[in-house]
Amino acid sequence: MAKKQLVRVKVNGRDREAEVEPRLLLIHFIREILQLTGSHIGCDTSHCGACTVLLNGKTVKSCTMFAVQADGGEIMTVEGLMKDGQLHPLQEGFKEEHGLQCGFCTPGMLISSYALLQHNAKPSEEDVRWGISGNLCRCTGYQNIVRAVRFAANKMAAAEKKPEMAEVAK
Amino acid sequence: MIPPPFEYLRPSTIPEAIKLLQQHGDDAKILSGGQSLIPMMKLRIARPAYLVDINRIAGLSYVKEDVGFLKIGGLTREAELEASPLVRSKYLILLDTAHVIADPQVRNLATVAGNLAHGDPANDHPATMLALGAQIVATGARGERVIPIDDFFVTLFTTALQQGEILTEIRIPVPPAHSGGAYFKLERKVGDFATAAVAAQVTLDGSGNVQRAGIGLTNVGPIPIKAKAAEDSLKGKKLETAVIAQAAQLAADASQPSSDLRGPADYKRGLVRELAMRALSRAAERAA
Repeated sequence: MAKKQLVRVKVNGRDREAEVEPRLLLIHFIREILQLTGSHIGCDTSHCGACTVLLNGKTVKSCTMFAVQADGGEIMTVEGLMKDGQLHPLQEGFKEEHGLQCGFCTPGMLISSYALLQHNAKPSEEDVRWGISGNLCRCTGYQNIVRAVRFAANKMAAAEKKPEMAEVAK
Repeated sequence: MIPPPFEYLRPSTIPEAIKLLQQHGDDAKILSGGQSLIPMMKLRIARPAYLVDINRIAGLSYVKEDVGFLKIGGLTREAELEASPLVRSKYLILLDTAHVIADPQVRNLATVAGNLAHGDPANDHPATMLALGAQIVATGARGERVIPIDDFFVTLFTTALQQGEILTEIRIPVPPAHSGGAYFKLERKVGDFATAAVAAQVTLDGSGNVQRAGIGLTNVGPIPIKAKAAEDSLKGKKLETAVIAQAAQLAADASQPSSDLRGPADYKRGLVRELAMRALSRAAERAA
């Protein structure tokens, strides 16, 4: 057995570390060592995107990366979306627009959509489909996922506008 | 799927990486984006005893024009190529290609250099680089050497890179005025390898005749194919429908597809002809 190596990462704002075998995949590190089981293992072959997490602000498939590679990095998983007991607008969108049926792909869908909205606050239907093109869903036919993401975009845009309106009111 | 155990090494400079590669010889593999290597390790098709992770080597991630070349650093990710303003304005064939490689998550990690160094004829950049007449910079213990792309692909999964060499840069001659290129790929779904794909790059002279043409084919042979007869057939001619159709037929003749899950060989030859017509027509529009 290869010698273990120390991995230090910040996950959803919290410093975490563990000594792991180099062959440990990032998804196993997240699910089994950190006990964050929101991110799923779907195909385990880099196709389905259920294991998608943010690493240093970029989406990656955590089944196709070793935990040691993430050393020193910042990770966000689906558990990091909720703030102060409030659902993230994306989570709310998936709930309101029926963006899931079985829910298996949802953690990956949420993270890919989150990354999309970071660069593109007002995505068209085409943009959303492009943004989630690395995530497979076998239930919804994607229609309601696209609606859910655009629901979130509208909600986030409205929340941003409010302070401006307050500014005008002054 | 759990890969076999390996020792993980993380050099921070190129000389350090080369030293590790020399020390461990055939037991070592370079880990770059890892989007081909890690799946192969999980399937236990690849079983390196040492992984030399080059991702922390500084200064290898760039896309820039410099002394007559577009230079792409050895660690430049597909997503960085897609986002590069230079590529988006001037190298549309590269943008076409990066867009259809795998999916957004994979493109965040996968490197352009890895797409070439893997030596997989199903990868997309090889055909594009053949069309563009690129050069590969390999850095080893004795310094840098430049390999013309035409000599780079040796056999299936084997390139001209030697053990202990790292692909540190890709150089593409800056195309003269009136140049244009395009990449057309048919894939069954996002993220699939090409059923077939064609890259075409042309440069026209002042009167609109073809001065230089480059045509590369993806996933229709044991190595990426340069359709030389098709390229030659275009020289000195205007890119009219009949001329494009003839070149497209020659490109199809140069392909050596095999029948598999993606379709029978005859279908793929027909596909090469059609994709070559589309790629050449788009290249002509962009060159005008």
